[in-house]
Amino acid sequence: MSLAAPAVKPGMSRDDLMMRGGVVLLAGVLLVMLGLPLWSLLAKGFEDRDGKFIGLANYVSYFSTPALFQSALNSLQVASITTVIVVPLAFLYAYALTRTVLPMRWLFQGISLIPIFAPSLLPGLALIYLFGTQGFFKALLGSGSIYGIDGIVIAQVFYCFPHATLILTTALATSDARLYEAADVLGASKRRVFFTVTLPGAKYGLISAALVVFTLVMTDFGIAKVIGGNFNVLATDVYKKVIGQQDFSMGAVVGMVLLAPAALAFLVDRLVQRKQVALLTARAVPLVPRPKLGRDLFFTLFCAAVSAAILTILGMAIWGSLIKYWPYNLSLTLDNYDFARFDANGWESYWNSVRMALGAAVFGTVLMFTGAWLNEKTRGFGAMRGVVQFLAFLPMAVPGLVLGLGYIFFFNAPNNPLNFLYATMGILVLNTVAHFYTVGHLTATTALKQIDPEFEAVSASLKVPIWKTFVRVTAPICLPAILDIAIYLFVNAMTTVSSVIFLYAPDTKLASVAAVNIEEAGTTAAAAALCVVIVLTSAAVKAAHLVADRFLFARLQVWRRR
Amino acid sequence: MIDRTILRRATLAGAAALAVFGLASPAFAQKTRLTVYTALENDQLDPFKKAFEADNPTIEIAWVRDSTGVVAAKLMAEKDNPRADIIWGLAASNVGLMASMGMLEPYTPAGSTALNPMFLSGKSPQTWVGMDAYLSLVCFNTAEGKKGNKPVPTSWADLIKPEYKDSIVMPNPASSGTGYLTIAAWLQIMGEEAGWKYMDALHQNIAQYIHSGSAPCVQAAKGERLIGIGLDTRGASEKTKGAPLELVIPKEGLGWELEVTAIVKGTKNLDAAKKLADWAVTKKANELYAKTYPIVAYPGVANTPPNYPPNLEKVMVKNDVEWMAKNRDRILAEWTKRYDGKSAPKAK
Amino acid sequence: MANYLEVRSLSKQFGTFTALGDVSLDVIEGEFVCFLGPSGCGKTTLLRAIAGLDPQTSGTIRQKGRDVSALPPAQRDFGIVFQSYALFPNLSVADNVGYGLVNRRQNKGAIARRVAELLVLVGLPDAGPKYPAQLSGGQQQRVALARALATSPGLLLLDEPLSALDARVRLRLRHEIKALQRTLGVTTIMVTHDQEEALTMADRIVVMNHGAIEQVGTPQEIYRRPATAFVADFVGSMNFLAGTLMAPDRVRVAGVDFACPVQDGLAPGQKVSLCIRPEDVRVRDLPADIANRVPVEVAELDFVGAFCRATLKARATSDVSVTADFSSNLIRDLGVDIGTKLDIALPPDRVRIFA
Repeated sequence: MSLAAPAVKPGMSRDDLMMRGGVVLLAGVLLVMLGLPLWSLLAKGFEDRDGKFIGLANYVSYFSTPALFQSALNSLQVASITTVIVVPLAFLYAYALTRTVLPMRWLFQGISLIPIFAPSLLPGLALIYLFGTQGFFKALLGSGSIYGIDGIVIAQVFYCFPHATLILTTALATSDARLYEAADVLGASKRRVFFTVTLPGAKYGLISAALVVFTLVMTDFGIAKVIGGNFNVLATDVYKKVIGQQDFSMGAVVGMVLLAPAALAFLVDRLVQRKQVALLTARAVPLVPRPKLGRDLFFTLFCAAVSAAILTILGMAIWGSLIKYWPYNLSLTLDNYDFARFDANGWESYWNSVRMALGAAVFGTVLMFTGAWLNEKTRGFGAMRGVVQFLAFLPMAVPGLVLGLGYIFFFNAPNNPLNFLYATMGILVLNTVAHFYTVGHLTATTALKQIDPEFEAVSASLKVPIWKTFVRVTAPICLPAILDIAIYLFVNAMTTVSSVIFLYAPDTKLASVAAVNIEEAGTTAAAAALCVVIVLTSAAVKAAHLVADRFLFARLQVWRRR
Repeated sequence: MIDRTILRRATLAGAAALAVFGLASPAFAQKTRLTVYTALENDQLDPFKKAFEADNPTIEIAWVRDSTGVVAAKLMAEKDNPRADIIWGLAASNVGLMASMGMLEPYTPAGSTALNPMFLSGKSPQTWVGMDAYLSLVCFNTAEGKKGNKPVPTSWADLIKPEYKDSIVMPNPASSGTGYLTIAAWLQIMGEEAGWKYMDALHQNIAQYIHSGSAPCVQAAKGERLIGIGLDTRGASEKTKGAPLELVIPKEGLGWELEVTAIVKGTKNLDAAKKLADWAVTKKANELYAKTYPIVAYPGVANTPPNYPPNLEKVMVKNDVEWMAKNRDRILAEWTKRYDGKSAPKAK
Repeated sequence: MANYLEVRSLSKQFGTFTALGDVSLDVIEGEFVCFLGPSGCGKTTLLRAIAGLDPQTSGTIRQKGRDVSALPPAQRDFGIVFQSYALFPNLSVADNVGYGLVNRRQNKGAIARRVAELLVLVGLPDAGPKYPAQLSGGQQQRVALARALATSPGLLLLDEPLSALDARVRLRLRHEIKALQRTLGVTTIMVTHDQEEALTMADRIVVMNHGAIEQVGTPQEIYRRPATAFVADFVGSMNFLAGTLMAPDRVRVAGVDFACPVQDGLAPGQKVSLCIRPEDVRVRDLPADIANRVPVEVAELDFVGAFCRATLKARATSDVSVTADFSSNLIRDLGVDIGTKLDIALPPDRVRIFA
């Protein structure tokens, strides 16, 4: 061994400088969109109502209130039950979609997405039509009531089902056919194949799905508020403190508590995801299911039953939007779609929503994809990239109410140079993109991980700047993922309520907020009508995406054909 | 160079996106745009706006309307940099709190002396001025009552009878201002000890404490529940739409709350805001209020809206607004401890 | 001949793991060097350090006299081909090959001519308008090669370029790449774990293990005179017989003394391995006085095609066995079969001793 040679400090190319600059900029943007607004609310947890710093006193008083402790238990209970129901259901559905020969597969796949298109008000209203005191199937509940944990769980299952199904469909679709052939050759029984190959293969998908569902249920207050009855959960506690009593300090405390389990869930998810990368090899052979009568029949019936349940809920909402006065005058009318009768803004709020959703889709997709690319492809710079990664994961764990209030405190501060954004469409776009950042970021990151990691090395060796390769190669290859992110943002922007309810201005009221207002005013039918319009809009956008995918992009993407 | 190009492009794209979707607000230079925060009913907004603008053609009203809690939370959160010019139609208890925090611009509207003194803040100049009063009463679904052979209650005391077990909904006072004024009225009518005892008994008949003051009467109207305790106007409007509802005024008297007007301190449109404050106390304005509310600030404007029992003013309890504000935290804590924590779902 | 590349005291740490420990190496201009070793030996790490893709922790690299140690990849002079081809799937073959040229602001005609020339060079003159997915693996790797050569780099780096291909294509490409390299005279470094590939293609082989260089030499040197037991074992097949050095030129294995080349560095009494390649074991026409004669019995006979690999057990002690390669002729002539008893000799000049 020679004497230790001097350590090499690798020099930086223009590419490196640009990428690092980009990561710093991205971290700055995320800090402004997420970190600082959140902090400006959560910091109130350490102040009394007059803004004086009181340390942990609010936390002490929170944890010494048994009622609030009960809410935490209730939250955990609802989240656990929902997870235990949704994940197996979604697994079977995803299994049917990927591993069996299903007639009209595209239809079943489409139906499974419907709940994502619906504001969370919709299942609540539909369930009241179905199982409420005057409901059609009230008898099914016996002496029970839909108001309370049963109702919350049913509505949450509806709401979370597509999220879990999407994750599990991806997990099952990427399994390697060669493993099944090997198991077949070895004469393993179907049961054994399922438990030794199928389940372990989807293990990480199952864990992800469970964590996502759990977090969604923990942070959602819309469903609990409409149908929760006396069943208190943490998210409704935030609502009580903030909306009922304008007590931001205690609201911040509950928000912080709510952050804990959700943040923990995502820590687990990250650990799991890291291990998963090694599992997938480039040479895996896609599995093409072969027809098998008994199995296919069973799964067709299963999917039909689940689809029927989803369509029943949607159908109830549509029917409910067409009746005159539930339950005493069931004659049909289209008057409920004349929104000007129920809300001064009329259809205007709908067009605001469309505008906002388009803005969020464009701005958010550019930010999320470019951001994920910067964070994936920057050499070194681990600490800053870690900060970005953390900020990108944060919003999934943040209840919308908390984020929305944080936006007021941060963006409306008189000394904030960005306060010109306040009360504009811009802040709604920013807030929505921030609120749904995690999933878009994850989608982009996954897509980027799937393409050859050496593209950047090749372009460096050819002296082509990295951004050129981004524009000419990386982005075009990831076009499907980019469109997925855009659609995801559009759809969620159409339905989001909890955060933007604090941020809209006279000219920028949104349809999803209007629906909540109309429902609160007792005009359930009109609220249902607005929900239906939102569902149809999102479904139409998704359908347009599928059609475009089939005919238009197929032409742009000839290179994918073998 | 290259690095800068891409950064510049990204910035331009971002700016363009913001310009298209954000800042393209129309510039109506000639009219003063008055941002009005309100919790009035949606269907009131348009007539109110039209009537005011007809008399004040240089001013345009831009509403920010949401439920009482949301609007109050928004106002409080915006405290350091107010966005509202004026509040027109928000609960006095919320506005009173804002007054005590120095968030309001004191102003005595011209003509406010003509109002019933109960509707004034009592300060000089006034911090807020009342418009109307709303009540927390009992909505009874007669169709469901007939089905279940349940009599129409006539008093608060009737509501604790076992025949109404699990048939009553009321707003959760922790999340609804209406809920709080309801229980505050009981505590004031009956005295604290008896009041709590009454609520203990009533708790046995409550199916659900709802997070909204208007929802209970709506639920009663739709037959979801037999009885709803809550906001009167909603009950009346549901009845108009055809609900088999009877509005019951319990004979012990009932809790009420004022809706008020107040100018927000720091408004850039103080003159226009004052014009609206002046207009809001006119007889004309009160005649508009009276289309929805049975009790308005201007004496003699007694155009009782449909579906209300007459002479409501007589049954309004003596409401000590200051007492209500001072004891709010204590009462809510006590209420939460007694009923909210252990309110496990009744059905199962 | 001038050193094109000088690597001095290169080390690379991943946390506490040493991927490269103090590696020094010279590469002469125009030569074809292979980094050979098992997976995890550091060969790819060394290649990526030379490219600047994963910079070393310490040590220097000079390329054509220029210190490039701290330079980012874009400021070094190399073309690179990966096992995965890393072709841009959404660009046509012509656009892939011309990718680095477009950036140099050459005119379109010049670029098109250069691309056509390169495609002819790699034997795919008509592939220009196709997309990578429409080509076979071998064709894709040729395109990758053309792309790497397009900008006429001074150094060509090949990272396991043939590993993803099937056996026949691999064989053909070996020759094509070697021929191309010879024609162009471009200094080339190839990483491989396939010894046959290294032996047939390289001018010099760098055998690596555990982040260090075991031996540098021509294929003949590496094969005939492995410097370490690791090289002896890794390159080609080798019999290892455990024994003790009795004198500088004698080793005792299982009680029998064998003659061997004189060992200078080792002391008598030391435990050593006596090594001989299977093809060096002599069977035919053994003179009566031949050294290192061992009577054996054929225990196993594996047909490998052109020859058979026989496992021979010493008749004296059954725990010593040697494998030897027998040609088909030999098997026929001597009537060899399992159980056949015969004498073999381990020619001393072919024997190697490792401590």
